[in-house]
Amino acid sequence: MMKNWRSLLALLLAFGLVAAACGSDAPAETSSDASSDAAADDEAMEDDEAMEDDSSDEAMEDDEAMEDDEAMEDDEPAGDAVLIDYWLWDGNQQPFYEQCAADFTQANPGIEVAVSQFGWGDYWDGLTAAFATRTAPDVFTDHLARYPEFVESGVLIPLNSFVEADGVDTGQYFPGLAELWTSPDGERFGLPKDWDTIAVVINDDMKAAAGDPDVSALTWNPQDGGTFGEVVQAMTVDANGVRGNEEGFDASTMGDEGAVYGFGLEGNFGAFGQTTFSAFAASNGWTAVDGVWADEANYDDPALAETIQWFADWIEAGFITPLADVQELGGTTMFQTGRAAMQTNGSWMISTLSGDGTEVPVSYAPTPIGPSGNRASMFNGLADSITASAEDPEAAWEWVKYMASPECQEVVGGGAVVFPAIPSATAIAQEAHAANGVDVSAFTTHVDDGTTFLFPITDSASAIEALVGPAMESILRGDAKAADVLPGIAEQVNAELAN
Amino acid sequence: MAAPTVDAPKGAKLNLYGGWKAAWPFLLPSFIGFLIFFFIPTMRGIYLSFTDWNLLANRGEWVGGANYERLVDDPLFWNAVRVTAWYVFLNILSQTAFAILIAVAMDRLTKSSVIRSIIMLPYLIPNVVVALIFVWLLNSNLGIIADLFSVFGIDSNYFAGPRAVIPTIAGINTWRHMGYTALLIFAGLQTIPKSLYEAGALDGASEWQMMKRITIPLLRPVLALVLVITMIGSFQVFDTVQVATGGFGGRPGGPGDASRVIYVYIYELAFVRNEAGRSSAIAVVLLLTLMVITFFQLKLLRANESDLA
Repeated sequence: MMKNWRSLLALLLAFGLVAAACGSDAPAETSSDASSDAAADDEAMEDDEAMEDDSSDEAMEDDEAMEDDEAMEDDEPAGDAVLIDYWLWDGNQQPFYEQCAADFTQANPGIEVAVSQFGWGDYWDGLTAAFATRTAPDVFTDHLARYPEFVESGVLIPLNSFVEADGVDTGQYFPGLAELWTSPDGERFGLPKDWDTIAVVINDDMKAAAGDPDVSALTWNPQDGGTFGEVVQAMTVDANGVRGNEEGFDASTMGDEGAVYGFGLEGNFGAFGQTTFSAFAASNGWTAVDGVWADEANYDDPALAETIQWFADWIEAGFITPLADVQELGGTTMFQTGRAAMQTNGSWMISTLSGDGTEVPVSYAPTPIGPSGNRASMFNGLADSITASAEDPEAAWEWVKYMASPECQEVVGGGAVVFPAIPSATAIAQEAHAANGVDVSAFTTHVDDGTTFLFPITDSASAIEALVGPAMESILRGDAKAADVLPGIAEQVNAELAN
Repeated sequence: MAAPTVDAPKGAKLNLYGGWKAAWPFLLPSFIGFLIFFFIPTMRGIYLSFTDWNLLANRGEWVGGANYERLVDDPLFWNAVRVTAWYVFLNILSQTAFAILIAVAMDRLTKSSVIRSIIMLPYLIPNVVVALIFVWLLNSNLGIIADLFSVFGIDSNYFAGPRAVIPTIAGINTWRHMGYTALLIFAGLQTIPKSLYEAGALDGASEWQMMKRITIPLLRPVLALVLVITMIGSFQVFDTVQVATGGFGGRPGGPGDASRVIYVYIYELAFVRNEAGRSSAIAVVLLLTLMVITFFQLKLLRANESDLA
C-alpha cells in the first residue's frame, strides 16, 4: 500500500511538473496553435486552414509587430479623417495590403485604413461575434463558402449602385470571378481580389528516386488509378525499402519509421474537398451543385462514390496516408517532413511550399486527366465586402474599389503570394514566381485551358459540411462503403438545401 | 435564531425585519451578479430557443416549439447525447474511484499540506493548456506518452481514433480533476470520528471492511455533493474537446462525430452554423436534464441526512 501510494504520488508529481513546465511555454505556442482549435470550427472550409497553419512563425511575429505599430498610428486619425477598419486572415499577404493602404491614404488624404489580421479560424469566429455585438469591421476579406449566409442575414451592403456610379468595369477580372459574388437577385456583394486553383505538389528527390517519371500529363480513373496511380505506387516505399510497384511490398509496415506514402491527403475531405478529392471527382464528371445558389446537390452521384472509394481503397492498400495520421499531424506537414511524396494543394500555398523555410525540393504538376477526358481544378476567389454597419460606406467603397484596381493588385501580385483577380497583376505574380525559380504553370494552365469549375456556392454550406464531413471520414477509415453511405447523406443534404 | 414566542409577536416581527435589513447589503453584490450573469441570460436563452434567432443579424422570429420538434429528429443531437453520456459515465466512474482512493490514502497516511497542494496541482492548470499539452503527449507519431504506452503494447490514435477519443478525454479530465475531488472527499473523511476505526481495528476488521462498513456509509452526504458537482461538470465538458480533437489536421468533435458532445454541438450550431435558436433549445434541454438528474441524485443519496447523528 505504502509503495503504491508513493509511486502514484511520484507519477502525479511528474505529470504536474511536466504540465507546469510546458505551461510556461504555452503562450508562445498558442499563436501558431490558436488556429488549430478554432480553425477546425470552420467546418465549411478546412481546406484553407493550411494557409494559416503553415505560415511560418517568423512571418507571423512580423505581422503581429506590424499590426501593433499600425494600431498605434491609426487608432487616432488626424483631424476629421475617416478610419476604415479592414480585416484579412492571410498573414503572408498582410504586408502588401499595408502597402496598398499607405498608397490609398496618400491618394485619398481624408481616409485612413487600419489593417487587422487574424488566423483563419479566429477570423470567422471573431467576425460572427463582431456582427452579433455590432463591432464588425467596415470592410473584410470574404469567402465564397461564407458570403451567402452573410447575405441572408443582411449584414452586407450591395455594391451595385457604387459600381454603376463609378463605372467600375467588372469585366476587367478573370472570367467568372465577378459573377461569383452576385446573388440570384442580381445584387453584388464583393469585388474580386484574387483567385486560386489546385495542382499536384511533388517532392523532387523522391520523384528522382522513383525513376523520374513524366508527370506532365498523367491520367487517372477510379478503377486502377491510371498513370497517376502508377506514379503513386512507384513513389510509395515501405519500411523495408520495397516500392509499391515491386514484388514483396508490405503495406503493414507503412506505419513504421522510414516508410513513404506515394500520395498524401492535404486534410479532411469535408463536403467540398477543395484541395483533396474535388479535382479527381470533377475529372470523373461530378459536380457538387448544379449552378450557383442551387437548391440541390449531387452527393448521390456514383461518380463521386467511385472517387471517394478509390481513395479509401488506396489508403487501405498503403499507398495513401491514413486519415488518422493526417488529422494528427496535418497533411502538409506530412508532405514537408517526407512522410508523403506527393499531395494536391492550392496556389495560395506556393510561397509556403517553395519558400525559403522548406527543406523539401518541390515541383508542381497539373492535376491528372480523368475519365471525362479533361483535368479539373476548383476555381475559388476571394473578394472584399462592406458590412452594413460600416460607419462611412462611401469611404469603405473607395477602399474596396482601390483594392480591386490594378494599382493595388499589382502590388499584391508582386508579393508572389496569391494570383490577383486582374490578369495584368497575375502576370506580375507569375514573373515574381519565375524570378524565385518556381514554375507555377501547373496552376495557371487550368485558367488557360478552361478546365476550372466553380466553388460550390450555397446558403447552407456549413450545414452540408456538418452532414457530409463525418460521412467522408467513415469512408476513408474503411468503416463504411461510399456507395452505401453517400445516397443517404445526399437525401439529408437536399432536405437541408430545400429548407 | 431564537424561536419567537406567542406572547411577543411584536418583538419577533421586529427581529425578522432587522435581520433582513442587515442581510441585504451582504446579499446584494452576489444577487446582482446572479441576476446579470445567470438569471437574465438564462431567461433570454429560453426565449431564444423559441425563435429562429440569427446571431449575425441579431434578430429572429417566434417559431414556437419548432426548434424542440426538430431536436427529436436530429441524428446529430442524439449522437451528441450518446457521446456525452458515455463520457459522463467513464469520467464519473474513474474520477470518483481515484478520488476516494487518494483521499483515503491521504487520510490514513499523511497529514502533509505540501502533498495536499501537490495533488491539487493539475487542477490549477487551465483546461485549454492541459488539452494542448496532451495533444502533443498523446500524438501517436510524436508523443512521449503514446511512445511509453506502445512499449506495453498499447497502440492507439487517441484523439484521432473514433473509439479512443472519448476514453482519452475522460482519462485526461480524470487526471486533472481527481485531486480536487479527492480534497472534497478528504474533508468529508475528516468528519468521521477516529474512534470508529479504532473500534474496527480492535474487532479485527480489514482495511477493505472498514472502507466498506465505516468510510463509505459515513461519507455519503459528501459523496452525494461530489457526485452532483462532478456530474454537472462532466455534462458540460467543452474546452478539452474543442481544443484537443481539433489537433493539427482534424476538427472539434471529430474524428467524425465521435467526440461531438452536447456543448460542442451547441457551440457549433450557434457560432458556426448561425442557428442560435436551435442551439438555445439544446441548452435548455440540457439545463432541464441536469436539474432532474441533480434532484434525483440528492433524493436517492439522502444528501441532507447524515448517519453520524
